[in-house]
Amino acid sequence: MPRLSPPFEQRARDLIGLYPHPRSALVPILHLLQEQDGYLTEDGMAHVAELLDLAPAEVRGTATFYDMFHFEPVGKYLVAVCTNIACMLQGAYRLLDHAEERLGIAPGGTTEDGMFTLEDAECLALCGNGPCVTVNWRYFGDLDPDGFDALIDDLRAGRLDDEVPPHGTLGRVRRSVGTPGTEARVATEARTDGHSPAPAGAEPAAAAPAGAGQQGARPPVTLDTHRSTAAVSSVDAAHLEGLQ
Amino acid sequence: MSEQSPTTGAEPRLAPRPYLTESAVGTAPPAAQADGAVTVTIDGRQIQAKAGQLIIEAADEAGIYIPRFCYHRRMKPVGMCRMCLVEVSGPRGATLMPACYNPVAEGMEIRTDSPMAKKAQEGVLEFLLVNHPLDCPVCDKGGECPLQDQTLAYGPGESRFVEEKRHWDKPIAISPLVYLDRERCIQCGRCVRFAAEVAGDPLIDFAERGDMTEVATFPEEPYSSYFSGNVVQICPVGALTAKPYRFKARPWDLEQVESTCTTCAVGCRVALQSSQGELIRMIGVDSDPVNWGWLCDKGRWGYEGWKGAGRVTVPLVREGDQLVESSWGEALAAAANGLRSAMEKRGGAGVAVVGGARLANEDAYAWAKAARLALGTDNVDAQLGDGLPAEVLLGLPRATIDQAAAAPLVITLGPDIKDELPVLYLRLRGAVHEQGTQLVEITPAPTGLTRYASETLLYRPGEAASVARALVAAGSGGGDGIDRARAHIARAGQKAAPGAPSIVVILGRPSLAEGEGGVVAAARELAGLPGVAFLSALRRGNVHGALDLGLAPGVLPGRVSLEEGRAWFERHWGAGLPAERGLTTAGILEAASRGDIGALVLLGADPLADFPDADLALRGVLGAGFVVAVDTHLTESSRRADVLLPAAAWSERRGTFTNIEGRVTWLGQMVTAAGMSWPDWMIASELSARLGVDLGFARIEEVWEEIARVSPLHRGLPYDLLAGVSHRDGIVAPVGAEPVRPARALDPMADPGIQSAELHKVVSTSLLFSATSTVPEPDGQAPGNALAPAGGPPGGEQEEAPAPPAFLRVPAWDGVVAPPVDTPGLRLVSRRTLWDGGTLVQNSPSLAGLAPEPALRVHPSALAALGAADGEAVRVVSERGSLSVAAVGDPEIPRGTAVLAWNLAGARAAGLVDAAAAATAVRVELADGSGGQGGGDGG
Repeated sequence: MPRLSPPFEQRARDLIGLYPHPRSALVPILHLLQEQDGYLTEDGMAHVAELLDLAPAEVRGTATFYDMFHFEPVGKYLVAVCTNIACMLQGAYRLLDHAEERLGIAPGGTTEDGMFTLEDAECLALCGNGPCVTVNWRYFGDLDPDGFDALIDDLRAGRLDDEVPPHGTLGRVRRSVGTPGTEARVATEARTDGHSPAPAGAEPAAAAPAGAGQQGARPPVTLDTHRSTAAVSSVDAAHLEGLQ
Repeated sequence: MSEQSPTTGAEPRLAPRPYLTESAVGTAPPAAQADGAVTVTIDGRQIQAKAGQLIIEAADEAGIYIPRFCYHRRMKPVGMCRMCLVEVSGPRGATLMPACYNPVAEGMEIRTDSPMAKKAQEGVLEFLLVNHPLDCPVCDKGGECPLQDQTLAYGPGESRFVEEKRHWDKPIAISPLVYLDRERCIQCGRCVRFAAEVAGDPLIDFAERGDMTEVATFPEEPYSSYFSGNVVQICPVGALTAKPYRFKARPWDLEQVESTCTTCAVGCRVALQSSQGELIRMIGVDSDPVNWGWLCDKGRWGYEGWKGAGRVTVPLVREGDQLVESSWGEALAAAANGLRSAMEKRGGAGVAVVGGARLANEDAYAWAKAARLALGTDNVDAQLGDGLPAEVLLGLPRATIDQAAAAPLVITLGPDIKDELPVLYLRLRGAVHEQGTQLVEITPAPTGLTRYASETLLYRPGEAASVARALVAAGSGGGDGIDRARAHIARAGQKAAPGAPSIVVILGRPSLAEGEGGVVAAARELAGLPGVAFLSALRRGNVHGALDLGLAPGVLPGRVSLEEGRAWFERHWGAGLPAERGLTTAGILEAASRGDIGALVLLGADPLADFPDADLALRGVLGAGFVVAVDTHLTESSRRADVLLPAAAWSERRGTFTNIEGRVTWLGQMVTAAGMSWPDWMIASELSARLGVDLGFARIEEVWEEIARVSPLHRGLPYDLLAGVSHRDGIVAPVGAEPVRPARALDPMADPGIQSAELHKVVSTSLLFSATSTVPEPDGQAPGNALAPAGGPPGGEQEEAPAPPAFLRVPAWDGVVAPPVDTPGLRLVSRRTLWDGGTLVQNSPSLAGLAPEPALRVHPSALAALGAADGEAVRVVSERGSLSVAAVGDPEIPRGTAVLAWNLAGARAAGLVDAAAAATAVRVELADGSGGQGGGDGG
């Protein structure tokens, strides 16, 4: 049953602790749920409702308001093509047409192999590098049809696995926590990724999620700020390596 | 007041800040004015408004109408629909503001009809109609639709929208009772706000956004709320419709009278509507002191039960094994013969009258008089074993619903109010949310109010008194919960408004599987709290009318005891009263089972299905020599009667009703009585006549005339006023107990479909009852004190009449409570659910399927000890009997306790209960007979 797994549920409880009213944690917890399953399942939403003492209808009502939440399985990569004005003037519709043709699906559709879901998106806030797309919410700008093809090839070949986490991974959820108790938690989590040292006064180990092994097939991907916000001007793999 | 020592414990939960001060943009009045009056100008008229009042409220009070959809005065404003935009001139020039969302401010100039406002109104309506299907000819709302009406009055008349409207599947069932048509919806949010804000069942919410916004349930989780009908009632378009009413009538064909719902004892005001002589719809009437317009679904749709096939419409007389159709003459003669021969054998003590909560006040009085005079017995009891002794209930200081909702502290010692008195639950829930009322529960198991309670004090069934005693005792000790509750009690005393009770105890029977003794003892303890008053939680229809009018042993009409009132009533009734105080229902059934009751009269009573001790009920009914049932339906008990007299049901006769507060309200007649049925007072009168006693009334008005003359409680109660819309809120008896105010005018846009109540003015009853006109007509604004009690009984008897007898007092008490015998096993808790196996629900096709599957709920540890799986069928065995039912683990249930809903088909808890015992011990066994579980965790 796709409820929140124990480590995700623990993280959800930590989030609830950050707010005066539990329901304030609803949207962050929905992101956790989407990170876990790639989309929001009914069982998962019912579980979130339980955690927050809300009715499931309220959880679904809030979730469906937001475009970034999905209620059907999406492909491994969610490719969103911006068609707002800046990108449109730079050829977004040509790019979208090409994407449809290349992937063989219309916006909203998913390729038969389950690799790609295509979306026709509103402004993605990368207007300086239009036309742009996001893949699992990671930016790729200045794309012409050839660039798009290269991007798809790289994604398929797994060459962008470091750059593009599984769909649903915000990263930001775990970074924006602020109370003293949760600093410890964040640090503990970060330690599972091997990126930061354990802080002083960390919570007892029992309260922290167990090691990285528990994350199974979906290791938490922590997004590095410099990489996520930098427009990637080309999908040249060598260039990416250079960035690293 | 001297210096109070600081109270300890948790601070009371802060009342939510008023919505407006947080959200209104730039228009909140200065705080200094919060309690004062402000002068505003609306459409050129200078108006005094209360500071902080919404513009739309001030306009309503001034009689200036501002169109609206989302605004509903019983819910917080949201400013969503924009229909109420008005032009407001302020320091920054003229702007459009939603009148439902902005408070008045000193000097504000408001125009509702300026070109700017009109343009806004037209624009809003044009937008609201963009996606509306305009299928008015096939819409239930057509003809009473705020969208239709306000489009006519304020709309542009044309639309520029030529594109495709949005399409949805329609209608979809969001519950077994409510259908949703999303194309008609204008997203005002009334329904989702009601569900979340008023009922606390947010099972519907807006989903999606923009032009795809829809009201939606969670998949597979229907809008199964006890209060779902209210969203149909307040929907300002035809988006939400009620399955029982769909396509049944056009609004303009409906006839209407106002009445009071008699399904439970809250006494919600309703508009009964009929088409072609058939009751077809009920709408809640917004009554300030009672229901605020809300109804529960059982009340709203239970009318189906009155017109179903189960009704008895012809007098029936037993011939051998059969009840055969008869005439009134024959049936009354047969009844009189049976009663007479029982009286000849044993006198009045050999006759008993059980039931009466179904009756109107006039019927109850007629039967109280008939029992004492024609049957010569005081064996009369309306409570059928699930009430409390009349002296206790009537003798304790009383509170109104408003006083309970306004009190700093409410203590409940009674049933699950959500299931038994649903609209009282709404009022209490609202008080907790809006006023920060503290709620302390004394209960053997969690209830529907538990999540709103500051403190839930769980007691072992049968031992309520010990909790109450600890609560009242000075000092500390008894556990953290008791200490915190004591702190609430201490704070309540400091916060009480002058003249109002600081603590209101809602008093009823917390479980039918425990005797009344423990509850009475607990109530007596709580009566010692300072500033305490009690509000009854007895649920049976007009049980309070029956008690107030003498359908209780030892109690005469007007809350006086047999001893105190003997001289007064013998003088007024012109005959001797029974010498001995009579028996309660349990006593009557016990005596009948011994063969001491030669004739038993059942007044709408079904002891076989409805008495908390099924074994005793069966022995009693079988043991009674002769049974006369006066009933509306064929029930388990009335089927066994020797004579079955058909009674006119609610909505088929007029009269009055008394609710939990003692509030007397009008019962309207909407349809003719079914078949040959008669009102109960008439049956009492005719039967008495055949026993040689003239009760002295031939019309229901004459019954009331006599009540108002002889009942100390009802003297001077202006019957005339009750029938008119100006006093639809009723009058709390005795007159003077509460200020009598004319009711506020209704808002047809708040509860569409009800406007005819305002237009059709119910037939002026002053024509009918001129004899009792002792009080001036109010003309809509009579001052309350004009209705002070009359100096003496009307009718020119003042000079010779002695003072009327005093009201009942709670008898003296030695303070000793017999604790339940401590047997091993679980103690049973059994309470009614809203949907049950009762006559009304089971005779209402729309409701019959809603009763839940019976289940024994126990703490999971009890299941583990038994080795039963969750949901596995088990046998529940008590001293009295046993039954099979699924056992469900529930961590909320206290250890040592088992909870089984009352009266569900398939598991009648009454079969387990001994009425005489303080508590009911049960043993749980696996269904195959192995693994008996002694409840070892009970200690």
